[in-house]
Amino acid sequence: MKRFVTALAAAAVLAVATGIAPASAGEKLRIGVEGAYPPFSWKEADGTLMGFDIDIAMALCDKMGRECELVEQDWDGIIPALMAKKYDAIVASMSITEERKKRVDFTNKYYHEPAKFVAAKGSGLDASPDGMAGKSVGVQRGTIHQCYMEKVFPDTELRLYGTQEEVFLDLASGRIDAQIASSLQAEEGFLNTDAGKDFEFVGGDQFLLECHGEGAGIAVRKGEDELRESFNAAIKEIRDDGTYKAINDKYFETDIYGAEPGA
Amino acid sequence: MEPEERAPSLLEAIKDFSEHSSPVDFVIIAQHWEMFLTGIGYTLLIVAVSLIVGGALSLPLAVARAYRTPIVNQIIFGYVYVFRGTPLLVQLYLVYYGLGQFEAVRDSIFWPVLKDPLWCTLLTFVLNTAAYTTEIFRGAIEAIPYGEVEAAKACGMSSFQRTTRIVLPNALRRALPAYSNEIIFMLHGSVVASTVTIVDILGAGRILNSKYYLAYEGFLAAAVLYMLLVLIITRGFKVWEKHWHAHLRPREV
Repeated sequence: MKRFVTALAAAAVLAVATGIAPASAGEKLRIGVEGAYPPFSWKEADGTLMGFDIDIAMALCDKMGRECELVEQDWDGIIPALMAKKYDAIVASMSITEERKKRVDFTNKYYHEPAKFVAAKGSGLDASPDGMAGKSVGVQRGTIHQCYMEKVFPDTELRLYGTQEEVFLDLASGRIDAQIASSLQAEEGFLNTDAGKDFEFVGGDQFLLECHGEGAGIAVRKGEDELRESFNAAIKEIRDDGTYKAINDKYFETDIYGAEPGA
Repeated sequence: MEPEERAPSLLEAIKDFSEHSSPVDFVIIAQHWEMFLTGIGYTLLIVAVSLIVGGALSLPLAVARAYRTPIVNQIIFGYVYVFRGTPLLVQLYLVYYGLGQFEAVRDSIFWPVLKDPLWCTLLTFVLNTAAYTTEIFRGAIEAIPYGEVEAAKACGMSSFQRTTRIVLPNALRRALPAYSNEIIFMLHGSVVASTVTIVDILGAGRILNSKYYLAYEGFLAAAVLYMLLVLIITRGFKVWEKHWHAHLRPREV
């Protein structure tokens, strides 16, 4: 009996320690980030997280007056982990799409930029559904780009990878004919690096509202309206007071926010 | 009659229950049965080819090891040590991402093979299982009672005859239980193929999860499928062992 009570007490302590208490003001806000998506997020050799998403997340926390903790999570499981309360919000260049809205709520966008194909220089690839038929294209699993390729390019051989970095590795080694990703990410994370010097954008902007959505937003669990609204207010604040511009200019030459909402 | 008022059909009711009430959205798994079927196909293909080719490779290697053939034995030992000493995932990454980094490799005649994720996987898995199987067979050969070899010698068999008629048939029989473990390890190990874009059973599960932002439906479906395959393999081996080990069973009085 005594042993049973001890076990029960231990279980209770464990439950409290790993407790899944709802986040409230004053408590640390945990933010899920990816860390394998330069220049939006990447990991330095010493393990520190860097990038546009990381800076934006920190600036938003600052404006909200909350102490934040970054939690690294593979892209594959980034929404399930949010729902399992491993963190309270996702700041990871996640596009606001209908399919994702079934699982999570989104803030307003914090940037918006088009997707583009990348292929070897002089490949002469025609970035149309007919021109890409039978070609192999690399895509990160579970992204808007996978959705787009399946809907618009059904005759293209799709290769799915866990991270965007793996897609670039295989593009560089010539295993795939092309890849599709966010154009800024492809430019900063690949084309402007040594590995990507023999590659270029092919075709224009690829866009389908159903897949690409209205820009990248911050995801929170369904029904957490208070948190969502405070993020929205903070996004507006950093846009207005120049914090956003300072972060933006650190990574990009143009303003990646896109059109003002309602404009 | 208003269309909204009609009762939902049975199918809709099941779908609604699956999506909203059930802890596991089984309808979404069932809707993707074709993807999982392809996954089973790839898993079986990879495991079968690796085991057959790897097994065939390991036989001469095991004999050379057991008979302590000079120099050859040391080389085989080195190979076995490397492949048993490193994780399968690391081996596959080295072959797939590692070799692709070298321009010399990309320009070589091997690139058409190494370019393909399936060939990379088969190459790695064959070398991996051959290393393990070599040690299993070597152990079995060394465990043959010396009396059997002496008897063969007394009958005037040559060394080659002794090996092919007496040693190997007995050794392979005795190795069967250990080898059935290797098959199951290989089946479980084959999941690493999904990390290099191959849609095996786990790959199908991962795609399902990431497409619909699910936490475990894809993994659960994969787990059930792997369990079924293991069940079939262990059952099959039981029958096989019964047949092959008939002479080793205690005699019925």
